[in-house]
Formats: sequence, structure tokens, C-alpha cells
Amino acid sequence: MKVHLFIPCFIDTLMPDVGIATVEVLRRAGCEIIYPTGQTCCGQPAFNSGYTEQTRSIGRHMLDLFKDAEAVVSPSGSCSAMVKVFYPQVFAGTPDEARANHLSEITWEFSDFLVNKLGVTDLGARFPHKVTIHDGCHGLRELGVRDQPRQLLEKVKDIELIEMDEARTCCGFGGTFAVKFPAISNAMGQVKCESAGRTKAEYVVSGDSSCLMHVQGYADKNGPAVKTIHLAQILASQ
Amino acid sequence: MYRGHLARGWRRSRGPDAHGTTMSRSTYEQPSTPPTDPPETHNGRLTTTRIPLKQFKEDAELAAADDPQRLFVRTAMRNVANTRAKTEAMFGSIQSARDVAAAIKWEGLQNIEAMLLQFEENATKNGINVHWAADGPSVCNQVIEIMRQNNARSVIKSKSMATEEVHLNHALLDAGFEVVESDLGEYIIQLRDEAPYHFVFPSMHLKRGEIKDAFDHKVSREESAPVASDDPEALTMFARNIMRQKYLSADVGISGGNFIIADSGAIAITENEGNARLTCGVPKIHIVVVGIEKIAPKLEDLALLQTMLGTAGAGQLLTGYNTVYFGPRRRNENGEGEVDGPEQMHVILLDNGRTKLLADPALRDALRCIRCGACLNVCPIFSNVGGHTYGTTYQGPIGAVISPPMRGTAQYGHLAYASSLCGACTETCPVKIDLHHHLLRIRQQYTVAKPQAAEKSAMNWFARTMRHPLLYRAGARVALTFDGLLRPLHGTRLDAISAWRKRRSLPGKPTQSFTSWWQSGGKQ
Repeated sequence: MKVHLFIPCFIDTLMPDVGIATVEVLRRAGCEIIYPTGQTCCGQPAFNSGYTEQTRSIGRHMLDLFKDAEAVVSPSGSCSAMVKVFYPQVFAGTPDEARANHLSEITWEFSDFLVNKLGVTDLGARFPHKVTIHDGCHGLRELGVRDQPRQLLEKVKDIELIEMDEARTCCGFGGTFAVKFPAISNAMGQVKCESAGRTKAEYVVSGDSSCLMHVQGYADKNGPAVKTIHLAQILASQ
Repeated sequence: MYRGHLARGWRRSRGPDAHGTTMSRSTYEQPSTPPTDPPETHNGRLTTTRIPLKQFKEDAELAAADDPQRLFVRTAMRNVANTRAKTEAMFGSIQSARDVAAAIKWEGLQNIEAMLLQFEENATKNGINVHWAADGPSVCNQVIEIMRQNNARSVIKSKSMATEEVHLNHALLDAGFEVVESDLGEYIIQLRDEAPYHFVFPSMHLKRGEIKDAFDHKVSREESAPVASDDPEALTMFARNIMRQKYLSADVGISGGNFIIADSGAIAITENEGNARLTCGVPKIHIVVVGIEKIAPKLEDLALLQTMLGTAGAGQLLTGYNTVYFGPRRRNENGEGEVDGPEQMHVILLDNGRTKLLADPALRDALRCIRCGACLNVCPIFSNVGGHTYGTTYQGPIGAVISPPMRGTAQYGHLAYASSLCGACTETCPVKIDLHHHLLRIRQQYTVAKPQAAEKSAMNWFARTMRHPLLYRAGARVALTFDGLLRPLHGTRLDAISAWRKRRSLPGKPTQSFTSWWQSGGKQ
């Protein structure tokens, strides 16, 4: 299957390894990858700050870029939700409404695509470590991604998954929220990290690198000594 | 008798005419007197020195640094949420129940003017005096006028957020009346002169010792012997003994209302302590102050609405006491008939900004709220900053959604930004209010109501950059390179992300971007 890859800007810039792992896993699942190199950002920072016009102008670039795609896959619950759930709202009543609705229909979050579109759960991965899952809020509540990553991890050899109490609690990132209200954001990061710490897991795994950047950022300075890893990176390990 | 000269409310002056049922922005324009803007609070205590945004940020910082208190609140909220989950599991389908509850409330709102008029007509037949109030001063004045006309001196109150919203207690005290709250939580915060911390559990932030302290120092020895200990039973008995005297001596009982029942002209009240029954039944006069959004079309709707209220709010299958008040005691011309119940019952229907929310189709569903508090109980913001930080009568997600449109988006819009948009509230709401998406809509309104020049130009610059891949790539390279060079500035005011860096690290700088990897061979 031909897959257009949508790599969020912060993964492109700060965490290219997540993108590389995504390519590897999708290829292993039999996909032909197309990566339009003109990609930038989906416009979520502008949208979440309340700037509709600016969001549309960035969004139109995305609509152009993926206009010929059959399926668009992104290793981010948050950025997938922006395109899948919020683009139709952002472009409603504009000349781009139909294009936005179409892109919404063909856009998939990475784990959802593997499990529900391709019907694949076993990627032949091996990861001999103790991990705990963080459910990113956008993936969880906008897209209904909850069981998919767990189904995929279940098939990974030698992995030990321990659920934390606060798996479904927000990590406190929230985009610009993290710098607009740092005290609250940090407090939420603390709750998340302490919960992860109690599982004694070596890794916190998630389908959202933005959450992981926050969890790692908090844990590095305040503990516990936990590493973060994107689901795609575990599935790429052999 | 009060209807004629006291009904100065929104319906009479600005509301829809009695014959029309269509709603439009023009018929629901705001009342001529702006809604009262209650004083800001500082940890629940009244102060008038800080603007709401500054107050919120300062108090959030203090609250977030108080680890033991956060754990205390989080544990309490977690327990309520766990109990709720167990009770919800007893439903055949909680999701269908949410759909139906939302539809019932929505039906009431879509026909609100006809429903309220139907209520007025039926309530009047039941012997209830119905009054309309556009705003806070109007409610307070109408209550005071009823008190004065009946030579009443003292008031016993059961829990009512509508009266908190309009600061009725202060108005009554200023006018020289005695007011005592009979809900245990409300009584405690009344003694401490605080605002409710949580609109369902007003004193949930307090520990036993603090409650005993309030009883020891704020209740006079003439009124009661000292409380025996900080044992919950002793504390409750202490308050109970005081309350029992007040029910008998109060001239007027003031309550809120959970549902205004249109087809029956009745008011439904849900409570756990039995205090509302005594407040509404023992004094000679009963006054209900209730927001117009509490409208429910039919008596039979209570079967689901009261269940949802108990379950969503506290994880109860049904709240302890559910009472429907159909009017004052009924007697014939000779004075024969019922021997108990109040001699007069008044219902004051309160607008106070609700019609502004009604006029906004995008946010209108927020008026479905039944004030169960479930969204607060699951909100990570609430559990980390606490209720007083919000500086508004209604805390948590629903507070952040209704306070800006009801009290001013420019003044309270910041509450919509103080959210990570996690959506736990929306997932929980028993009447399916689109809470966290409303926060996004309010953010859009805020950029118009209170333009932020610097942020707007940053967003314009951001949009321009992101439309041009070359600019984006160059920008990313520059940012990564320069962040290292600017190390001496880290943490200072010149550091754009010092708010992040203070307590969090940033990811290391990768050797190449994903796009470079792709272009340099990853493609194959």
C-alpha cells in the first residue's frame, strides 16, 4: 500500500529517529513510503492559541502537499488529530472544506493505521525491557487510540509492560500551555513522572513525541531516572 | 402580589415577548444593567486588588507548589471518580443515558422561553410567586423586599450556587439580616469567610483540624458548647445542633434549585444531608433562587436527570434526598387544609449572563450543565491548582467555559488557555457538553475580545514561515544552532523558552533532520 508520511515539525527537527523508525516499521508492514519533503507544520500552535486565519494559511499548505495521497500516516496522535478532527472544523464554510474533509478521512495515527487499516500487530520486534505506557490525550480522546498500542506491544518479544495508575492522565504538555502556565504544566508533569516512576519501568512509551519530550524534560531535571521512547522505535527494534 | 411590581427582570425589559417562541440574538441581547462582577478572590477570601489573570497565575503558582495539598485534593478527586466508574458500570449503557440526558436538557434550552412561561403559569396555579431577575442586584433587591414586606429578620439557607454567584449572603448581611448556611460544607466556609472551593464539595480542601478550628473560633460560646473533638461525627453533630435551632427560628428559608419543571410548575432539589428539606419546609417563607438554564420540560424527566446528577457528581446511584416542591401549604378560604410547609413560596428565575451564552450557538450547549461537578473531579488542572485559584464562582472546566461568555471574555478568557485540552472533562460530562473544544472556541473569541499584539504578530510570522518549506528549514537550523550559542542567556528574560527550561530539559540537538536523512538516502 502507498503511504504518504506526515512527519510533524518537532519530530523532523528534534527527534528524527522517531521518523526513521516509523519508515522502517511501515516498510516492514509492506508499505511503500512517500514523503513530501515540503512539509512544515500542521498549524496546531496557531489553532490552539485561537488564531483561525493563521491556522488556515498553514493548513492550506498541508492540503496542497497531500492532495494526491491515498493514505496519510503520522507518528503523532496530536498532529493526526489536528488534521483528522480539527481541519474539517477550521475549513468549514470555506472553499477548502471538501479538501479538508477528504484529508481528514484518509489520515491515520500510526498505531491505528497498523492495527485497524493494515490489520497487523506483529512486526517481529524484540525489546527486552520493562516499559509503561502514557496515553497521549489527543490520540486517546480525539481519535480513540487506546488498545492499538497495547495490541502492538503485546506482540513484541521479551518486553514487559506495566501499566501506571496515571496512564490516562495528561502529562501537562498541552503545546503553548507548557510555557504560558509553566507552574501548572510542571505540576502535571510531576504527577505523570511520579506515577511512571512507581512502576520501576525503564521506559515510558507513547505514540506522541510531544508528550514524551515533556515527560523526559521533567524527569531529567526532577527524576525519576526513566527514559522515553516512541512506540515506533520499539516496533523497529529487533 | 410581587409579580407586578417586582418583575423587573430580563424577560419584562429585554426578553422575548410572550407570544413568540423563536430565539435570535436581538431578542436575547444583554440586559441594560450589566451582570454584577463579583469581587476577585484570593484563596477564596475576598479582595479587590488584582486583575483576574494576574490573580489566577499567582495563585496557581502557589497552589502548584503545595505538594501535600495537591495530593490531598487529587486523592479525594480520584476516589470520587473511582466510585463514579463503579456506579456507571451498573447502567445498561451509560453512553445512551448521557445521550438522552443531553437531549432532555437540550429540548428545554431550545424552547426555553416557552418552557419558562409554562413554568410560570403552572407554578402560579400552584400558589408560587414567580419573579424574574436580570442580574445580581435584581435578585438581592427582590429577596430583601420580600424579607422587608414580611418583617422577616433571619434566613436559613441550603446550598445554592446561584446565590453564591450573586453574593446574596453579603447583600443580606449588609442590609442587616442574619444568614446561616445549613449545608455542612457551606456552613464551614461561611464561618471561614471563603468562597466554595468546589461547587459540589465546597469545603473539600479542608482537613478535620481546620474545621474544628473554625468551630472553635468562629462560633460563639452562647451559641454552642465547644466541639468535642475533630472526629467527623463530633464535627457533624456540632453543626447539626446549631442548625436544628436555626431551622426553627429562621423567618425565611432560601434554597437553590436543581431542576425547574415546566409541565408541573415545580422545583426539584437534590441533596445528601436533609438540610434542604428543613430549609424549604420549616420557615414560613421559602424563596428559591435558580438559574434559568435549570429548566427541564417534564416531571418524568427527573427519573433520568436525578440519576445522572447523583452518579456523575458523587458516584451515587441516587442522591440521598430528592424532593419536588409544588408550592406553599394548601388551604381553603377558611384556613383549612395542610398544616405544614411554608405559607409563601417564591421562585426567582435568574439570568445574570445566561442569555448571553444562549445567544452564542457555538457555546449554547454549556447551558445543559446540571452542576454535578464531574468535570472538576477528573480535571488535572483543577486537582493541581485547586478551586480558589479560578477566582470565579464556578471552577474547573465548566467554569472556564461559562465564565468568559457570562462575565466577559476579555477579563476571564485566560481560563480557557489554562488547559492542556486533554478532554477528560468532555469524556465524563453526563450531558455531553463539548467542554474542551469550547475552550478552543473561547480562545478564538479571546483573540478578538482582547487582542494580544505581540502574540498575533508572532503567529503571523509563524504562519508565513510554515507556508514556505525553505524558510521553515532555515529557521529550524538557525534555532538549533543559536540555542547553543545563546547558552549564557538561558533562564534570563531574553530566553524565549525560559518558562520551559526552568524545571525541564530540552531534547539534545540531532545531527540531521528527518528530511535531510530522507534526502540523503533514507528514501531507498
